[in-house]
Amino acid sequence: MSPDILLKIWGATLDTLYMVAAAGLIGSLIGGPIGIFLATSGKGELFPAPMTNRIVGLIVNAARSTPFIILVVAIIPFTRLLTGTSIGTKAAIVPLTIATIPFVARLVEAAIREIDKGLIEAARAMGATPMQIVFKVLLAEARPALTMALTMTAVSLIGYSAMVGAVGGGGLGDLGIRYGYQRFMPDVMLVVVIVLIVLVQIVQSAGDGLARRFDRRSRKN
Amino acid sequence: MSVSAYQAPARADAAVIFDGVSKHFPGSGKSDGFTALDNVSLSVGRGSITGIIGRSGAGKSTLIRLVNGLEKPTGGKVLVDGVDVGALDEAGLRELRRSVGMIFQHFNLLSSRTVFDNVALPLEIAGMNKSAIEKRVRPLLDLVGLADKHGRYPSELSGGQKQRIGIARALSTEPKLLLSDEATSALDPETTQSILELLKRINADLGLTVLLITHEMEVVKAVTSDVAVIDHGRIVERGHTFDVFTHPKHETTRAMLSGLPGSKLPDAVSRALKPQAVAGDRAVVRLTFFGAAAERPLISQLIKSVGAEVNIIAGTIDEIGGRPYGSLVVAYRADAETAGRAERFFTENGLVTEVLGYVA
Repeated sequence: MSPDILLKIWGATLDTLYMVAAAGLIGSLIGGPIGIFLATSGKGELFPAPMTNRIVGLIVNAARSTPFIILVVAIIPFTRLLTGTSIGTKAAIVPLTIATIPFVARLVEAAIREIDKGLIEAARAMGATPMQIVFKVLLAEARPALTMALTMTAVSLIGYSAMVGAVGGGGLGDLGIRYGYQRFMPDVMLVVVIVLIVLVQIVQSAGDGLARRFDRRSRKN
Repeated sequence: MSVSAYQAPARADAAVIFDGVSKHFPGSGKSDGFTALDNVSLSVGRGSITGIIGRSGAGKSTLIRLVNGLEKPTGGKVLVDGVDVGALDEAGLRELRRSVGMIFQHFNLLSSRTVFDNVALPLEIAGMNKSAIEKRVRPLLDLVGLADKHGRYPSELSGGQKQRIGIARALSTEPKLLLSDEATSALDPETTQSILELLKRINADLGLTVLLITHEMEVVKAVTSDVAVIDHGRIVERGHTFDVFTHPKHETTRAMLSGLPGSKLPDAVSRALKPQAVAGDRAVVRLTFFGAAAERPLISQLIKSVGAEVNIIAGTIDEIGGRPYGSLVVAYRADAETAGRAERFFTENGLVTEVLGYVA
């Protein structure tokens, strides 16, 4: 394998990391609060708004059920509007972020719904405001589950980022398609896959480790 | 003291007053809904330990949640220190809740916080600064005997220790009233006793009013001075704990009391029990004695007056609300002469008796 190709693989890896980090960060910052809202706005919950909850839930479901590759193409005008282009790494961040938002929202919702309702009642009995309950009880108690959720998000994003390669998105997927597939360079394809596997392993192990550190539920010291 | 002499605490002495309180949960769609509380009136004396006992589904959980506004009544009023809880807005409710502590059956400690931080949580919520929190939490951990565990997490503690932390947490805002929601129901009998001892001590030392709900007569017997029995959303009996235990009036109360050890007849006896006597049968009688009677040699006197044929079937000597109390189930010949002698003896000695039935 030529040094030129190796350099390209290195560059593509950085591109992938950049896309995953950017989409993961922005997507979580928007999807997280939506998830909290979904978990706390049902009838009789902390911020009761059952109608809005329904509508947001529907939108999230719609976004979740749109195949990613179709989402990428469908929002090209929006992507152009934001980034001025529809190809390349920067442009790929837009659909990746859009796909991350509902994904994170549902995971965060599930993580928060896992929390024992008794804790919310106890906090209410202490005179906590709904916001204090969210920050001091829900987010604190859900930290291990939230860490796992963000790990899952990052892993899924690595997969999605490879998919945007199919439409000129840049990164490892793009490299794999253009060199490995279109130029019949199976060795490049192999390296790309191995790099992706290693990336996923690192992210997953780091996430698991963090989640374990945060989890105080049943660990004997 | 007789039951009729029971006076509900006057309004000024009451920490909590339920005034004709009802709670109806609306049904959803086709179901009719459910009336959890039906016109409940009750006052909780300041400084008392008042128990509300009932079976599950009797409405006691709803009742206790009305006190700190976790539930709102659909009828009537709940007054806490004279304040109408139902009339408070959210901010007012939060203010009230900071002056009312609550402990729970499943402790409801935050698994992500250490013992210290769990106790500190209500203070953080109230916006207290770190050094003031430190000053408040340390003595509380001493009080509940867990000062050495301050850096531990709840998962490393036993059930009894968790409830002690729950108690310390409930006391952190220096409340005047403590609500206990089945606080010992998840604990074994021994741990239950130690938690009840702690509640008694807090009540005595801090002058804290304790309102507890439970389905366990043992708990009521061990700590409460006053008790109300709730059944199907209504208070069916109330009074000083001693009186209710020694002179239960309502069917539900009797049924719940019969589960207490010492009150229960051996199975062989209760199976053989008949409502009517035939010739040669023996009467099975429960004697309840307290006060001076508890200290006299009753058995030997009873045998002397009735004749030698007195069997002891079950018995217990106990303390209710700090007063000694005994319950003895005896059997003797059911013929008119023996029964007459026995009755005279009971009357002369001021014993409360109840004929449970007859056995061959």
